[in-house]
Amino acid sequence: MLTRRWAWMGPSTSGRAMAGPRVLLGLLAWCMLWLVPFAGGCGDGTSGDGAGGDDPTEGRGASDLFVASTTSLQDCGLFEVLLPAFERAHPEYTVKVVAVGSGEALRLGETGDVDVLLVHSPEAELDYMRRGLGLDRRPVMSSDFVIVGPPSDPAAIKGLTDAAAALARVAATRSLFFSRGDGSGTHAKEREIWQKAGLVPSGDWYQTTGQGMGETLTITAQKGGYTLTDRATYLAKRESLALAILVEGGPGLRNPYHVMTVKDAREPVGAALFLTWLTGEEAQRLIRDFGREQFGEPLFLPEADKAPDKAQ
Amino acid sequence: MDVMWDAVKEAFRLLVGGDRYVYEVMWMSVQVAGIATLLGMLVGIPLGTWLALRRFWGWGAAAAVLNAGLMLPPVVVGLFVFLLLSRQGPLGGLDLLYTPAAMVVAQFFIATPVIAAITMGGVASVPKEVRLQAMGLGASRAQTVWLVLREARVTIFSAIVAGFGAAVSEVGAVMMVGGNLSAGGHNLTGTMTTATMALVRQGQYARAVAFGIILLVLTFVITLLLTRTQQGIRRRWLQS
Repeated sequence: MLTRRWAWMGPSTSGRAMAGPRVLLGLLAWCMLWLVPFAGGCGDGTSGDGAGGDDPTEGRGASDLFVASTTSLQDCGLFEVLLPAFERAHPEYTVKVVAVGSGEALRLGETGDVDVLLVHSPEAELDYMRRGLGLDRRPVMSSDFVIVGPPSDPAAIKGLTDAAAALARVAATRSLFFSRGDGSGTHAKEREIWQKAGLVPSGDWYQTTGQGMGETLTITAQKGGYTLTDRATYLAKRESLALAILVEGGPGLRNPYHVMTVKDAREPVGAALFLTWLTGEEAQRLIRDFGREQFGEPLFLPEADKAPDKAQ
Repeated sequence: MDVMWDAVKEAFRLLVGGDRYVYEVMWMSVQVAGIATLLGMLVGIPLGTWLALRRFWGWGAAAAVLNAGLMLPPVVVGLFVFLLLSRQGPLGGLDLLYTPAAMVVAQFFIATPVIAAITMGGVASVPKEVRLQAMGLGASRAQTVWLVLREARVTIFSAIVAGFGAAVSEVGAVMMVGGNLSAGGHNLTGTMTTATMALVRQGQYARAVAFGIILLVLTFVITLLLTRTQQGIRRRWLQS
């Protein structure tokens, strides 16, 4: 019985072969049904462009505001708190987050594919502003970086606060270290610390993943190595990792986030509103309280009233 | 279009300029996919042949499982292999995670169903009369199967090419178990696809497209060689 019932899956040919054309026609009709709404959507777009479609609220619902930000902010869940609050304050916008490394985020801003950037790579941000690709740049908050590693700590860096001294020990003992090597804010920070330590890391012990923080943490834990991470991503993934925070609190480990509006934004008004809201009272309060409940400690320090970071 | 033009120039520069990392990554891709395909052939061709020639209780279900294997989401394969090889996993002691061997295992599970399913189709479409006649002429079981396989050889060859293609173009599973690692400008576990994906995430679009172009050229050359062999097989077969 089973054989008979499943027979149509196999290469056998029976009377069912006759059903072929009808099945094909049916599939074709199904395709058409799917495509029609998309075609309609296209039409709307073009007509809207001609007839005063500039007003984002006219005719359609909320318009999309694209924010490029880092994977760490996405992974720790901060956006799930901030975005609904923003959308309540400005119901005419729906925020879409593109979570990528700071390097790609800045590229997305350059090509005008997003409207706002919320990133943590001060040097690259200043370069971005100098090239005239951004309109405004304001400090939002800061978190901090930590050096994590196996609890056995073969390089004996536990308890240090000087990140440069800690990495120097990792290099001296040739302990496995994983670098993101992806031009992200975290990678920029790591290079800065190596520079401070007066070292150019190279060798089999210094490996590059080219991937995001979450993936790099997984690899580091599986291989029993060390890495530099932002505290938020580490805390969010802590339970699946056999890694401990070994170095924290040093002045060289601050991780400042700035918000920037993109010059060629498709939603310049929304972008400016987002910047103002993010540096305003409500958002700053949400940022200050974020993480207390889930992680037992706040993850971010609100810093909208500070002067923007020049570079570190 | 600037990105595309930059990419073409970059691809040319990387290939001709002898960028060592690029060559290492290309070689890694070919080796890993090649070994996975060879292992996939060892399992997939007998499996496909067996399913094509035998009928047994539950055959339909087995064939359906095999065909479903064609649509096996690589990311699920990756997760499965990752959990198998991770430190907490049953094979964690082998310390295979983030090595080329781990990538071979993942690509094996991707290539094998492709090879087996296409082989099954090819062998099943050899007219039954060929088998009956051979057996009637006194051929043994093994000789008959060998004859049928020779009849289906062109399709089996396509199966191998498709299996290699599925393996070499895969990215999700390989990223998960390979890790795209490098050290000091030397490649450790990066493949063309994972290196491309990492470049995209870094916003290096021109270099990413260049890697894509190189992968296309690479697969084209390999497929060309395979296709020539396939045609050679067909010609010799027709002449004999």
